[in-house]
Amino acid sequence: MGENLVPDTSVELAGLLLRNPVMPSSGTFGYGLEYKDLYELDTLGAVVTKSVTREPRYGNPLPRIAECDSGMMNSIGLQNPGIDHALEIDFPALRQVYDGPIIANISGFSVGEFAELAARFEKVNYVSALEVNISCPNVHEGGATFGQDPVLAKEITQAVKEVSTKPVFMKLTPNVTDITEIALACEAGGADGISMINNFKAMRIDVRTRKTITAEKYAGLSGPAIRPIAQRMVNEVYHAVRIPIIGIGGIRTADDVLEMVMAGATAIQMGSANLRDPWACKKVIKALPHRMHELGISDLDEIRGVV
Amino acid sequence: MQDIVSRILENKKIAEGVYKMTLETEFCQFEAPGQFAMVEVPGRFLRRPISVSEYDSGRYTLVYKVVGKGTLDMSRMAASEEVDALTGLGNGYDVSAIPDGAVIVGGGIGIPPMLGLVKQLVMAGKSCWVVLGFNRAEEMFMVDDFRMFTNDLTIMTADGSRGRKGFVTDAFDHVPYICACGPLPMLKALRDKCDGGQFSLEARMGCGFGACMGCSIETTEGPRRICKEGPVFDKEVVLWERI
Repeated sequence: MGENLVPDTSVELAGLLLRNPVMPSSGTFGYGLEYKDLYELDTLGAVVTKSVTREPRYGNPLPRIAECDSGMMNSIGLQNPGIDHALEIDFPALRQVYDGPIIANISGFSVGEFAELAARFEKVNYVSALEVNISCPNVHEGGATFGQDPVLAKEITQAVKEVSTKPVFMKLTPNVTDITEIALACEAGGADGISMINNFKAMRIDVRTRKTITAEKYAGLSGPAIRPIAQRMVNEVYHAVRIPIIGIGGIRTADDVLEMVMAGATAIQMGSANLRDPWACKKVIKALPHRMHELGISDLDEIRGVV
Repeated sequence: MQDIVSRILENKKIAEGVYKMTLETEFCQFEAPGQFAMVEVPGRFLRRPISVSEYDSGRYTLVYKVVGKGTLDMSRMAASEEVDALTGLGNGYDVSAIPDGAVIVGGGIGIPPMLGLVKQLVMAGKSCWVVLGFNRAEEMFMVDDFRMFTNDLTIMTADGSRGRKGFVTDAFDHVPYICACGPLPMLKALRDKCDGGQFSLEARMGCGFGACMGCSIETTEGPRRICKEGPVFDKEVVLWERI
């Protein structure tokens, strides 16, 4: 690499061309409206929208948030305005302030609901891809149970692929014995990529009240605490499947991005980092080419899955 | 919202478990009393939501209670140390909507933002009656600060060790308008003691700026975020029985 050559941060992800591999993860960025005045959203590789369900959902009772060493827990419970409102108001509002690729995250409570939601996005040309959430730890029915059963995971993938012409990323839960089994099932079902991982099911207790800190007994752990586990899982899946992986889990810095790509990810998502620092994605995107230059990396393709 | 690095001018204990941190900054983006800051505490993953008690263009004051590790760390920060905080968060009280003669009620650590509110009301030429509630005399704080702006002030203590014995709700029967901040049981008890009012809520927060949905409550207008559409709500829109 020449001394003055700017490293290439762009990636190709299941047919999508991203100017860089960094996207905010679903549920930490809403529809971008809380961030639009903070920085130019078009600097993002892509935006992944808050999970949308068929019906509007308020979600779980408060408290929904707990902190823990090196991370946080949430039990939001898929609060969202429902698909009708989202398509009429929220997605157009995002499009007003952002021109880049949009990945719509969808959550269903049955195979049919996933297919129905996927079909609704067919007419929305500016949505580039779907991320299918078969991994929410915070709902009592459906949610992560779909992502814990390879037969169901494959069935949902097939049902979504049948009705959608967009690239489909299946978002997996880490709360399984062997995540490669689920990833392979999604690949067999026709998935175009894997988003991994969602939160770890976790619990914290207030020793004074002897009750859990979140109103829901169990909540999803995210943040730096889960990053090494996420990377191990990404690496396992990278060596098991042929489709690309979006690596997720505790990423906060440009080095974290490079580590995740070296583990096997094609692109990455940043989640809870946005909550503690709303400029987190922007900072990482800015730092990434500098760090690549320092490390002698000219293109992310050359380091992907090196371990 | 702005991310501002400020310098601590003073961080001192003002009552049992309660501290006052005054911060100096080049510019300060608070626009209404009742707004809050998300304070970064080194070594802690999430920021801490703390209401602002007083503010002007170059300085702001956070009065906070030590309730856990983060606020304990905050209490140990020293003058001249730097503090990173997201400032100007939330809506704050709508001073223009508050009628003359409103009752301003603060309970415990809900008291600090009421100082900024009383200051604004006085500046707007509106009279008010301040009712402050504490558990006991040793936990009292900021009373002299309020006296600088009004003599219409009633102190209630649960054990009767200072002022009148009882809760803030024992101070009056029914009034036209209340602005309140304090524990949820206090707010719930106050909502039927007035025709109208602006009540400030608190919650464990993830982000503090509307992104994570960690602090949503149900209202007559649908789900609303305490950090974004609140923390101050018209008392009529909150579905109190559901929080």
